[in-house]
Amino acid sequence: MKKCVSVRGLSVITLLITCSAQAETVFVTLEKDNALAVVDPVEGELIKTVEVGKRPRGIAISPDFKVLYIAVSDENTVKMLDTESLTIIGELPSADDPETFALNPKGDKLYVSNEDDSMVSVLDIAKKQAVKQIKVGVEPEGIAVSPDGKWAISATETTNMLHWIDASTHEIVENTLVDARPRAVTFTADSAFAWATSEMAGTLQVLDAKTKQIIKRINFEIPGVSKDKIQPVGVVIDKAMQRAYVALGPANRVAVINVKTYAVEKYLLVGQRVWNLAFSPDQKRLYTTNGVSNDISIIDLDSQTVTKSVGVGNYPWGVAVKP
Amino acid sequence: MSILHYWRALWGIVWRECWRFITQRERFISALVRPLVWLFIFAAGFRSALGLAISPPYETYILYEVYIVPGLCGMIQLFNGMQSSLSMVYDREMGSMRILLTCPLPRWFLLLAKLLAGTAVSVLQVYVFLAIAWFYDIRPPLMGYAWVLPALMLSGMMLGALGLLLSSLIKQLENFAGVMNFVIFPMFFMSTALYPLWKIKESSALLYRMADINPFSQAVELIRFALYGQAHYHAFVYTFTAFIVFMALAILGYNPSKGMMTRKGGAG
Repeated sequence: MKKCVSVRGLSVITLLITCSAQAETVFVTLEKDNALAVVDPVEGELIKTVEVGKRPRGIAISPDFKVLYIAVSDENTVKMLDTESLTIIGELPSADDPETFALNPKGDKLYVSNEDDSMVSVLDIAKKQAVKQIKVGVEPEGIAVSPDGKWAISATETTNMLHWIDASTHEIVENTLVDARPRAVTFTADSAFAWATSEMAGTLQVLDAKTKQIIKRINFEIPGVSKDKIQPVGVVIDKAMQRAYVALGPANRVAVINVKTYAVEKYLLVGQRVWNLAFSPDQKRLYTTNGVSNDISIIDLDSQTVTKSVGVGNYPWGVAVKP
Repeated sequence: MSILHYWRALWGIVWRECWRFITQRERFISALVRPLVWLFIFAAGFRSALGLAISPPYETYILYEVYIVPGLCGMIQLFNGMQSSLSMVYDREMGSMRILLTCPLPRWFLLLAKLLAGTAVSVLQVYVFLAIAWFYDIRPPLMGYAWVLPALMLSGMMLGALGLLLSSLIKQLENFAGVMNFVIFPMFFMSTALYPLWKIKESSALLYRMADINPFSQAVELIRFALYGQAHYHAFVYTFTAFIVFMALAILGYNPSKGMMTRKGGAG
């Protein structure tokens, strides 16, 4: 607790506030280690590594922060892990090769991308069964549910489409053609816009949820980094809808984008092949998984600087945070 | 001799040096241009060269221009130390050194005062450089700007003492070109100013050892760690020891009965 010690002289109250605000736990799936890394971001240390099954990738945390859902790709299942005891408490039938998935805002349904079957499986968590399988384009990857719970979007890498799924009927109501190899998608907090990254095209597209059409296309240019290395993957937008952050893969940068003006304000240097991103619960920090350098980077969002990178294990893939 | 005499002499020497630096606008600008050229042009070409590994005191990945800044602070002090020694040779040729050394104060004190004056100038230069670097988005933690002051004082004194020692060995101004070729360039390039030790080790174990024992490397690391609010005890002890050794030799060199000038048949 270095930071806590440094403020001890000021006052006990300040100390308590500082410590409690920063006492969060970061969970990272390690694709090659078949494990989950548990990180203390305040100390900047790996606390422990827990075996979770073969090739864990996608990860999400329940709204009450008690359960972690982990897509264990080579075991064709989504495992449920208790965030306190770090033990497996259940499994969900995800169909073949689950990679990414999204939890709805209520936390009772999971939308899973089944890459090999070109399907999206809708899982009822309480019943632990699939309630619907939706045929989508080839190689579904990124998936997101709008904060108002009305829409789920599935991005298919080979078809280059976003499929708009009505969350009440689980039917596709619209398809939007986007740039080559869409990888990840997310919604703004008011559910009015969806942001989608296209890995091969190196672009980010902003879509209006009403018209389902692209209203803005954002390009990236980093001095000294060749265009082919700029491969946008993970994207997150803060709740205040001020800034969006995009992981740029082998460019080893996270782009900071002004949500109002769509201007790229800054590029933050992180580890190699940055892939996925997650906010701290108070949205003061952002965590990135860096697949090739085997670490996560911690970004302080007030100062917009990368404060630390912490080694976690082989091929960190997904990240989730518990307060 | 009272403490007041010492103070007056010290103040006079430091003030003369600072005044000379401030009024010589070309010297002020050239002292800044050199590291800025390295920062804006040289470092730009190697921007992503170091984005592959993390080494202390850095806790995450950095761009090359961030890495090179403490080395350029050291470069400012290295050149300043050598320039001070150049001016000592000039002073000696012009006779003002003779006047200074005939002052009824101990020789070691006068040389130390001269050294302090040179260091004060170099610290001033470094802070101006760091301020410009701040606008170039190279922003160490705020506390680092305070922590680096003692580190800069020590490294400045060490490099200044080396300059003093060299000036005691050089008889004429023309010989200073040799100092450039045989001291400044090898010291600068064979150090951690431009590349980290692990990078040097990749290419040559011998170069790595030489860079490691180079006092300039230790001074740069002392500055680097201090700038990021960390203490580097090994670098501190090494730099301090180098300062004592260079200073002792310089005092010996300037001793008219035992010094180098006597042996070379010349005097200040």
